[in-house]
Amino acid sequence: MTTSTSARHHYYVPKPSPYPVLLCLSLLLLATGLGLRVNGIGAGRWLIGAGALPLLYVLFGWFGSIIAESRAGLYHRWEDRSFRLGMMWFIVSEVVLFATFFGVLFYERSLSVPWLAGLDPHFSPWPGFAGGWPTAGPAGKAFEVISPWGIPALNTVLLLSSGATVTWAHWGLRRDHRQQLISGLVLTVLLGVVFLALQAQEFHHAYTELGLTLGSGVYGATFFMLTGLHGFHVTLGVVMLTVILWRSVKGDFNRDHHFGFEAVSWYWHFVDVVWLMLFVFVYWM
Amino acid sequence: MRHAAIEYTHDEHQPRGLARWLFTTNHKDIGILYMLFGLTFFVVGGLFAELIRAQLFQPGQHILAPEAYNQVITLHGLVMVFAALMPVTAGFANYLIPMMIGASDMALPRLNNWGFWLLPVAAVVLVLPFFLKMLGIGNGPIDTGWTIYAPLSVQSGLGVDFAIFAVFLLGASSLLASINIIVTVKNMRAPGMTMMKMPLFVWSWLMTSLLLIAVFPALIAGAAMLLTDRHFGTHFFSAAGGGDPVLWQHLFWFFGHPEVYILLFPTAGIMSQILPTFARKPIYGYRAQVYSYWAIAALSVVVWAHHMFTSGMPVGGQLYFMYSTMAISVPLAVLFFCWLGTIWRGAMTFETPMLFALGYITLFGIGGLTGLVLADAVADQQYHNSYFLVAHFHYALFGGPIMGVIAAAYYWLPKITGHMYNERAGKWHFWLTMIGFNTTFMAQFFLGAAGMPRRIPDYALQFTDLNMVSSAGAFVLGAAQLLLLYNVIVAWRGHGRPASDRVWEAAQGLEFTLPSPPPYHSFTDQPVIS
Ligand SMILES: [Cu+2]
Repeated sequence: MTTSTSARHHYYVPKPSPYPVLLCLSLLLLATGLGLRVNGIGAGRWLIGAGALPLLYVLFGWFGSIIAESRAGLYHRWEDRSFRLGMMWFIVSEVVLFATFFGVLFYERSLSVPWLAGLDPHFSPWPGFAGGWPTAGPAGKAFEVISPWGIPALNTVLLLSSGATVTWAHWGLRRDHRQQLISGLVLTVLLGVVFLALQAQEFHHAYTELGLTLGSGVYGATFFMLTGLHGFHVTLGVVMLTVILWRSVKGDFNRDHHFGFEAVSWYWHFVDVVWLMLFVFVYWM
Repeated sequence: MRHAAIEYTHDEHQPRGLARWLFTTNHKDIGILYMLFGLTFFVVGGLFAELIRAQLFQPGQHILAPEAYNQVITLHGLVMVFAALMPVTAGFANYLIPMMIGASDMALPRLNNWGFWLLPVAAVVLVLPFFLKMLGIGNGPIDTGWTIYAPLSVQSGLGVDFAIFAVFLLGASSLLASINIIVTVKNMRAPGMTMMKMPLFVWSWLMTSLLLIAVFPALIAGAAMLLTDRHFGTHFFSAAGGGDPVLWQHLFWFFGHPEVYILLFPTAGIMSQILPTFARKPIYGYRAQVYSYWAIAALSVVVWAHHMFTSGMPVGGQLYFMYSTMAISVPLAVLFFCWLGTIWRGAMTFETPMLFALGYITLFGIGGLTGLVLADAVADQQYHNSYFLVAHFHYALFGGPIMGVIAAAYYWLPKITGHMYNERAGKWHFWLTMIGFNTTFMAQFFLGAAGMPRRIPDYALQFTDLNMVSSAGAFVLGAAQLLLLYNVIVAWRGHGRPASDRVWEAAQGLEFTLPSPPPYHSFTDQPVIS
């Protein structure tokens, strides 16, 4: 079966690393702390704090060593392809995660709520339950919904523009146009931050003035779960974009060696597309 | 034919002792960690099973309080699926795939390490409530059954929260391992190792990884919603806010049914490595098996609600899930046919791996056929909550995957350790396992048909005799597994005779061109496959 050996260069296999196992230690403390905290046990808080510290150390150390290896020229096209495929499949798993939450939204909205409304009024979850969407309940807790044409529409424009600016930055990178790369990234980070600020403002408005909370029946639950999870992803995206911006300023990327940049821009486009779905199915329709 | 590995006798950069295992980026080290972890929890989960059978040995036993019984059956299920079977199959994947495709290592070695070490963390988090209870916090580990059904899981104690966090960690671990395997298979194959030349074990793990990525996020999402329902006032699974407890079942089984194939696929691949070796014939129907994998994987994500016939469902839904479930038996039958075709008129010998492989075909066959009974929406009403289902499930998952990984253990143990196991002990292990297993679970088919409900710590007098038979079988089955531990130690400590490179007379595959045990870095220079 085997006839000779390949002349290809050796695949870079990193040396043993302390970071993954330290990260696991941190996650052990975080999970235990959160498990205690949600049950109102005071020690949980301290464990969460104790877990967060090694987490920060690991993030800096692990990404630091990757950046150092990249600068040392240890990654070639072969390794690069692994990173690309890895990032791609990670995003696929994220797509499934969001698809599940959208599935939950459609299930509750078009199946379980109408089924409940079809029951004998005696079994109705609250008096006057009619099975419409928004669910306008549970009992005694009326709420208003957020109009799609205020902040949500503005946020759509912001995120779509940020998708354009990150692509513009990519063009700059491909033509070795450093200034365009950096200004494109700065604009993208700014648009992301403004988006997050407006989203926070909207949540505040919903809680304090509209009476729309996590407890507002399945409408509130699906609304905050989907938009909150998306907001969390935008936050991660902004952090990653900032790191990429810093690396661009340091001159880490060139036209044919910039996986880090591309991975983050793929992620950012993914977050963008999720928002479009949110705008259509959560806010608008 | 010559092998192209450079033998590294030692490597200066390598930390020694505990640090080696904690920090390792080597696929063989990580594979061994996975396997040892899985073996440890196979023992733990097995002890839980023996506790259950001791409690059910006769009616009115008080070995376990009812609350503790619920916790033990829940942990038995979760531990066996997530901490025993999945890690062992992932261990074989890590150890073997780079060797089988002629790679130097997995494509993403640090993530590989992270994926493994998440598992012990998840296991600790899962059982921590047991120790918290000793400190007077909470009422012990999760007690809802491994399916964690709402609304019980919304109301139950803090054990559920810790199980939810364990699910998050396990999910991260599985997704990391899956991504790594897909990338390795796509990017690390030696020149000339085309997709359709890959050993079927590699194919089977590629399908497993794709399935994990397609379904595990759904369980993570479900667990997240369970957490918010429990502590943050949402109503995803509560009709009081317009939600639906059955939604949990949909999410769980959208993950849970493919999970059966996630456990099964790697061992189906293992069959197609072992059977040709001991039948001394090439694989029969390689292409048909690959296409069957695809068909099974595709069908497995659209049939989940056959677990929910008794939860209430429109007739149209029942018909759809019944027929689509039954359709899976077609590609599965193709696999069986190919396995039988492979050994048909072969020059067979019956070393321990072959015995377990044949046991797999037999027992998993029974598991599959009794599954057709349960897939029938009408018959299921009768059998669903009875011991018939328990028996079917164990024929499918012990008879399939566990027999498969034991076969794999005997098959590759000499390769991994460089020494043979004790063949006589291996044969005893096989026959005692077959006798113990069939005694335990055949009795449960009859118990289920007679109407004994599952998941209760006590039962009516009329079920006594068969329960005693079942428990006696379980004790034999449990004791027989000590022979597996014995054989692992025999090979590990080098008590058996040295294994040759090829180990088995007719073994095929790149891993058998390397010495036994293989060098630390398998193929630093990639072989070219012609
Ligand atoms: Cu199923």
